Amino acid sequence: MRLSLRELSISFPNPVGDMLPALGPISFDVAEEEFVCVVGPTGCGKSSLIRALAGLLRPTAGSARYGDETIDNPMDRFAIMFQDASLMPWRTVLDNIALPLEIAGLPRDLRYDRVRALLSQLHLEQFERAYPAELSGGMAQRVALGRVIVQQPRVLLLDEPFGALDALTREKLSLELLRLRQRYMQTIVMVTHDISEAVFLADRVIVLSRRPGRLVADIAVDLTRPRAPDLIYEKPFLQLTRRVRAEIEDLGT
Amino acid sequence: MRKTAKRNPGRQEPTAGTQLGTNLRRASPFLTVFVLLLLWQWVSAREIISHILVPPPAEVYRAFIKAMAAGTLPKHALVTLEEMLYGLLIGLGIGLVIGYAIAKAPLLENILSPVIVGFQSTPIVAYAPLLVIWFGSGLASKVVTTAVIVFFPMLVNTIVGIRSVSPKLRDLLRSLKAGRWQTFRHLEIPSALPVVLAGLKTSATLAVIGAVVGEFVSQGSGLGFLVTSARNLYDTPLVFVAVLTMTAISLTLYGLVAYVEWRFLFWQRRSNR
Ligand SMILES: Nc1ncnc2c1ncn2[C@@H]1O[C@H](COP(=O)(O)OP(=O)(O)O)[C@@H](O)[C@H]1O
Ligand SMILES: [Mg+2]
Repeated sequence: MRLSLRELSISFPNPVGDMLPALGPISFDVAEEEFVCVVGPTGCGKSSLIRALAGLLRPTAGSARYGDETIDNPMDRFAIMFQDASLMPWRTVLDNIALPLEIAGLPRDLRYDRVRALLSQLHLEQFERAYPAELSGGMAQRVALGRVIVQQPRVLLLDEPFGALDALTREKLSLELLRLRQRYMQTIVMVTHDISEAVFLADRVIVLSRRPGRLVADIAVDLTRPRAPDLIYEKPFLQLTRRVRAEIEDLGT
Repeated sequence: MRKTAKRNPGRQEPTAGTQLGTNLRRASPFLTVFVLLLLWQWVSAREIISHILVPPPAEVYRAFIKAMAAGTLPKHALVTLEEMLYGLLIGLGIGLVIGYAIAKAPLLENILSPVIVGFQSTPIVAYAPLLVIWFGSGLASKVVTTAVIVFFPMLVNTIVGIRSVSPKLRDLLRSLKAGRWQTFRHLEIPSALPVVLAGLKTSATLAVIGAVVGEFVSQGSGLGFLVTSARNLYDTPLVFVAVLTMTAISLTLYGLVAYVEWRFLFWQRRSNR
């Protein structure tokens, strides 16, 4: 099913109570199983966009739809992931990943079986009983990724999921995300501030303007899949990143 | 723990020196008590202060044994404990419920805060006589003084605790379509627990004050009454016994809460590295 945004805009009240536009109006579609990356300056409304798609924030005007259903509340089989892992510090890795299943009312044994099957794919087998405070940033983000995958979502909403990680860990996790996607084939909308990450991962890169964010470019990334890390040194890749960069630079400072 | 310790090179293995330091830190509260006892013994032995004012430890000990044997101390201590128990249950219960409600509905805070802050900033000793007039001179008035005094720390800490819940985790639970009860159980309780337990520690130590203030105002029984009656007889050792019993009760309650903290907030210990 398609995700479609129609003239969607979001405003927030300032301290005096006036509504100030933060995003849009913006319209674009995301096809089933498409991977779209959104880039844009800080404060242009990227997180608000993700929250609106997640049904956590009602658009001020316009709409977001999934198939022919309007998204105004959290949807079934949509999963969201944030920049900070947002794990529960009082739960082990196992129980953090199992949380969505627990909320859904799955019995304990079933939950743990499903999570354990996932742990090895995420290279977390050794850390099943660890607590979030004992994990590195990359590891914590793997757990957050696990908590998303375990929901078997059809739509993944990722808000700068690797933004707080060092370059090497970020690359590793991006590759893992691609691998997981190949396996489960979901629709993905991902916000990032890293242009090459966007081009490397996405089928399309959407560039937003300064606040209030409007669509300024919608660039198709016609690179073959599966994508190998070496891709980033090749000409088509570099041309695409240059195009995206040019669009962002055109926004001015 | 072992396997992760290896992965954290920043973490120091305890050396002989730090081990000694840890033991010293654990023992230091007891050392303080010991030094105070020594000082007390020294002051009374040289009679720097008259024995009528500060009796020597041995005399206080004799008074303690006597009061135990006669059953007066257990009787009065039990009365105070009962008042405290009911006062704590009621005060903590109301504090938790109103605190939670206020945290969820900020408008409620505006409505209730004049009453609550007014109560809190008026010395309880001043309006305790009123409470006795209203609730009688029996158990009820002391339960009320205790409840009033333990209520406030619980209220404030519950509000702070519930408001400190991470908005991201709230979003996450909403996106998982968690119900009210699930959010309460899986997110709000564990998030608020550290702050709520800190409030409980304060409340636990205040409970004795509440009960004893009530007992001072309306005489009859309890440790507060024991203090007044012993003082009237110039039985200073018995006054000491009664006061020290209150201290012991307070410390025990505090210790209990500290134990609960230690037991349930293990995940915090893991983070404080
Ligand atoms: N709950 C809110 N109340 C008021 N203003 C908000 C709120 N959330 C976001 N904003 C503002 O809206 C703008 C867009 O925010 P956000 O979507 O987080 O941007 P981005 O993720 O692109 O940095 C920012 O200027 C931010 O300050
Ligand atoms: Mg953001």
